Amino acid sequence: MSVSTCPSRPAPRREAVEAAVPTPDAGGLDAADRAIVLATQAGLPLVPDPWGAVGREVGMSGAEVLERMQAMQESGVIRRVAAVPNHYRLGYVANGMTVWDVDDAQIDRLGREVAAIEGVSHCYRRPRHLPHWPYNLFAMLHGRNREEVERQAAVLRQRLGEACRDHRILYSTRILKKTGLRLAGSRPSTAPTDTQRRG
Amino acid sequence: MHCQAPIHQALDALDRRLIDSYQRGLPVCNRPFHTVAERLGTSEAEVISRLERLQEMGVLSRVGPVFDHARAGASLLAAVAVPEAERDAFAELINAAPGVNHNYAREHDFNLWFVMTAPDEPELEARLDALEARLGVPILRLPMLEGYHIDLSFPIPWAELERA
Repeated sequence: MSVSTCPSRPAPRREAVEAAVPTPDAGGLDAADRAIVLATQAGLPLVPDPWGAVGREVGMSGAEVLERMQAMQESGVIRRVAAVPNHYRLGYVANGMTVWDVDDAQIDRLGREVAAIEGVSHCYRRPRHLPHWPYNLFAMLHGRNREEVERQAAVLRQRLGEACRDHRILYSTRILKKTGLRLAGSRPSTAPTDTQRRG
Repeated sequence: MHCQAPIHQALDALDRRLIDSYQRGLPVCNRPFHTVAERLGTSEAEVISRLERLQEMGVLSRVGPVFDHARAGASLLAAVAVPEAERDAFAELINAAPGVNHNYAREHDFNLWFVMTAPDEPELEARLDALEARLGVPILRLPMLEGYHIDLSFPIPWAELERA
C-alpha cells in the first residue's frame, strides 16, 4: 500500500503532545533549565522540599530551581506541575481515535464544537493524504468500554451533521511504546508498557 | 480483557480529592506538599505518603511538570500500514528510531501509529525519511494544523466508576 504524499504538504507544525521535547532554542531554555527539565521530567522527588532535592542533583540551590520552574511556567514551557493520573489504570481501557472527513469550509467552527463535547480529550485538524487518508479532523475518545466510546462518537457524528462525509474509530489494541517527555541522555519517565493491552 | 480489580475501590475520599484537586496543577512554591496539606486539612507527611502510594499503584503516572508542546521542538503524528503478522517486528524498528516516544497498534490498514519528535523541523523530516527508508513502507505524516482542544486532563466521575 502506498501513501500519496501531497507535494504542497504543509510544513510540520508542533505536535500537541505532552511528550514533545523542549530544546534550547525553544522557549528560551538555557543549560540550567535543561538540567532541571532532565531532573524533573520523570516526576518530582516526593519529599518536603522537592526543589532542594532537585537542586542537589543538578548543582544549584533549591531557591534557584523554584525560581526557574516558576519562570518556565510563566513563559508557558511548563503547562502545569501536576499529579498526572493514569486514566487507563482507573478503568478507561477503551481508547478510540476517531477520524472524520469534514468539509474544509466548516472545520474550524465544527472542530471547536467537537472539542467541547464531553469525553473528547484532544481534537486536531490534520492534513488529508488522498486517496488513502481522507480524514482531516481527529478527536480522541476515552471510555471504560467500546460501547461508551461508540456512544460518544454518535454524539460527535450528530454534531458534525452533513459537513461530515465519512468517519472511522481506530481503537488502540496495544501500547507498543509510551514514554513521557524525554531529553536525550535522560532516563525514561515511564517504562515502555509493551505488555499492556487495551480493550 | 482488563483483569485487574477495579482500582478506585482502593482509593478513599482523600486520595480522590488529591487526584481531583491536583491533576490540573500543584502550587509551585516552597514546600508545595505542605500547602496542599493545609488546603486539604491534613499533614504534609500524609500528602507525601499518599502521593507515593498512588504512584506505586499506577493511579498517578507521575507528580511533576507537564511541558507545553507549543514550546517544544518539532513533532508529528505518523502512521504506517504493515502486514499484521509482521507488526511487532516493524514496531521494534520504529521504537528503536531516535525521537519516537509513543507507538500504538490500532485497528485499521494503518495499524501502527507513533509520534516522532526532533529538536527542529529539518531534523524531524530527516528522521522520518531515515525511518521510512529503513522500514521500506511509506510513512503517513499527519502534522497538527490546528489544535481545538489540548487539555489532557478530565474530571474523573468517581460515582460512575462505583456503579460500574
